[in-house]
Amino acid sequence: MGKIEWAMWANEQALAAGLILLTGGIVGVSGQFRGWQFAAYAIAAGVFVCALEYPRSKRAKGTSVSRPGQHCLTMCVKAFGPLTRNYYVRAFLHAGICIPGGFMLATVLGCVCLGIASLIYLGAAVRGEHWEPILPRKDVRKPVGESIKNPPQNPPPRPPPEMRRKNINDLEGAAYDNPFSTTADEY
Amino acid sequence: MGSYTEIVWLGINVFLFVEFYLKFLVDRWFYTRVLLGHALPWARAPAACLNFNCMLILLPVCRNLLSFLRGSIQCCSRTAARQLDRNITFHKLVAYMIAFHTAVHIIAHLFNFEYFMDAQLNRNSSLLTFVLSEIGSGDNASFLNPIRSNETNPTFVMFTTVAGLTGVAITLALILIITSSVEVIRRSYFEVFWYTHHLFVLFFVGLVFHGFGRIVRGQTENSTATNNPLVCANRFEEWGRDGSGCEVPVFAGNQPGTWRWVLAPIILYVCERLVRFYRSHQKVVITKVVMHPSKTLELQMRRKGFHMEVGQYVFIQCPSVSRLEWHPFTLTSAPEEDYFSAHIRIVGDWTQALYEACGGDKNEPQEAWKLPKVAIDGPFGTASEDVFQYEVVMLVGAGIGVTPFASILKSVWYKRIQNNQEVFTKNIYFYWLCPETQAFEWFADLLHSLEGQMEERGVSDFLSYNMYLTRWKQEDAEHYWVQHQAENDPITGLKQKTHFGKPNWDNEFTSIASKHPRTKVGVFLCGPPQLGKSLEKQCLSYSEGEVKFIFNKENF
Repeated sequence: MGKIEWAMWANEQALAAGLILLTGGIVGVSGQFRGWQFAAYAIAAGVFVCALEYPRSKRAKGTSVSRPGQHCLTMCVKAFGPLTRNYYVRAFLHAGICIPGGFMLATVLGCVCLGIASLIYLGAAVRGEHWEPILPRKDVRKPVGESIKNPPQNPPPRPPPEMRRKNINDLEGAAYDNPFSTTADEY
Repeated sequence: MGSYTEIVWLGINVFLFVEFYLKFLVDRWFYTRVLLGHALPWARAPAACLNFNCMLILLPVCRNLLSFLRGSIQCCSRTAARQLDRNITFHKLVAYMIAFHTAVHIIAHLFNFEYFMDAQLNRNSSLLTFVLSEIGSGDNASFLNPIRSNETNPTFVMFTTVAGLTGVAITLALILIITSSVEVIRRSYFEVFWYTHHLFVLFFVGLVFHGFGRIVRGQTENSTATNNPLVCANRFEEWGRDGSGCEVPVFAGNQPGTWRWVLAPIILYVCERLVRFYRSHQKVVITKVVMHPSKTLELQMRRKGFHMEVGQYVFIQCPSVSRLEWHPFTLTSAPEEDYFSAHIRIVGDWTQALYEACGGDKNEPQEAWKLPKVAIDGPFGTASEDVFQYEVVMLVGAGIGVTPFASILKSVWYKRIQNNQEVFTKNIYFYWLCPETQAFEWFADLLHSLEGQMEERGVSDFLSYNMYLTRWKQEDAEHYWVQHQAENDPITGLKQKTHFGKPNWDNEFTSIASKHPRTKVGVFLCGPPQLGKSLEKQCLSYSEGEVKFIFNKENF
């Protein structure tokens, strides 16, 4: 299991946990359960976790598959610099976020799932992984020179006619190889 | 084709949901519904669907059982046999349904717990809900409300009941299984996927024990005789008094029923794992290892009693590389050969380790006894024997999809030449679409040898093949252009030239139709579905007059 990037799995788990927290929170608030304040918190926490975890990190090895429409959130997450880059911060952040969820039945599942994600992130951080934004690749094409728009007005400089005339006495020197055969089309 | 199974399955889900929803609207559950309202049937209906789907989920992955079934069905119906090949797709579909029903079930139970708690907290004897909750406080057996006091909270109750604990455990197992099974994780970190998936053992154990606490309680039969809810519900203050006509109702839980659904599939799956274990100990000998260019490893093997058909695949395990990983590979040998082979592209950890174990990175040939032990499970997959039913055949392979055709081409060749059989198939048109030159080599070798043999026997029109480089680089094109006059194709070394770009299917179909009037032409594809759709359209539009192009939806 040497080359596994645990952060990829932690990311999936955290995203799922965010959704579960959100759902539990919505149920708690709409059903007006006892302790609905925790449910309201869970809605906010769920949205935050989903937003943080939606942009996938660039993989250290191999091709990274980005989630649809993640570019905007990638920019937001990237703006926080080392806070979001470092997985230790994420691990402790998720551990902290999940605790209030444990006080109400509707949000307990989200709390435990986020706790598990936090543990996996801790493992990833210990192994030195970190978050890299997936940025769109800029296609670097050789810029077409300006001169292509202005074809030359004059023919290229040539040596004077005396030099261009082939010397009959030196046929060998006068011959040159065509890069491709100049026989007539046969097909 | 495959959608019929899915429609039937979906129909059964809907039927079970509705039936069990209605089942909890009868009088026996009247008092329970006083406490819970409609949250009760909303929890029980998905529970029934969960029983059904958990029964189904183990079946599509019993590949040896399916293979056996397919073999016996094949004589009756090829279509049914092909259904069984889409097992993993079905497994995933059932998994999604389990996740959906779990969500509905949990949300309904959240409401149930809240209502049960409400009934205990509103301690007012003039409320039916409170009176109902007090029942059974003496003997702790005939109660209705599983929350037995008001000095607790739903979370605590959940963690102290069998149903609650098992519920949390199996839901967590399910969530971990799902998050580790997404395509990104599955393709890149197979071990995480495979090991985490084994949490299904915990899932099934928890599932079976989930109902043992009998926490869902309804009125007993005897009790409904002495306390008819329709009559007595409003007279709850008089229950048990002489002359009221209403005794205090007695409640009991349902017998746990999940085991009845899942026992048989669990036994079948255990048998499946035993069969795989047995097969992994059958002796398989690697007779030859060939390193092909562009990181392709060919393993030629023999096993006692191995019998294959064209287009099938096997699972290969190499204990010295990994004890738990079995990976599928299409068989590239023909059934007529005395060995079976697979061409393995080296793309990941396991294939790389296999390559090194077979001595691929060393320059000298390996001694036979140094080659690693391997185990084979299979062969699986529907045989592609349909190819031999047509007089004229068009085979289209895209990229790595050309692999099953190696087996088919070799087999047709053997049948035609070596066995002196009158083979029905007289002409084969083969199209290979490939994004880069590098994947050509081993298959080109095969075609090269076929080409040579055909020339020797003067039957060069038997097989006509066309290679298409769909993605090409400037240098390739320049090199090719310069070598245009050479007799052999500079890329593959074959006499027939490589083309650039995509085939002009209109031309191809037209020319085949004109060469073979009054025949049925079979068209077989192993490649992306978009190509399949466009080929199918072409088949329909060119099937005029007496030439019929029949597109075979093979799923190699």
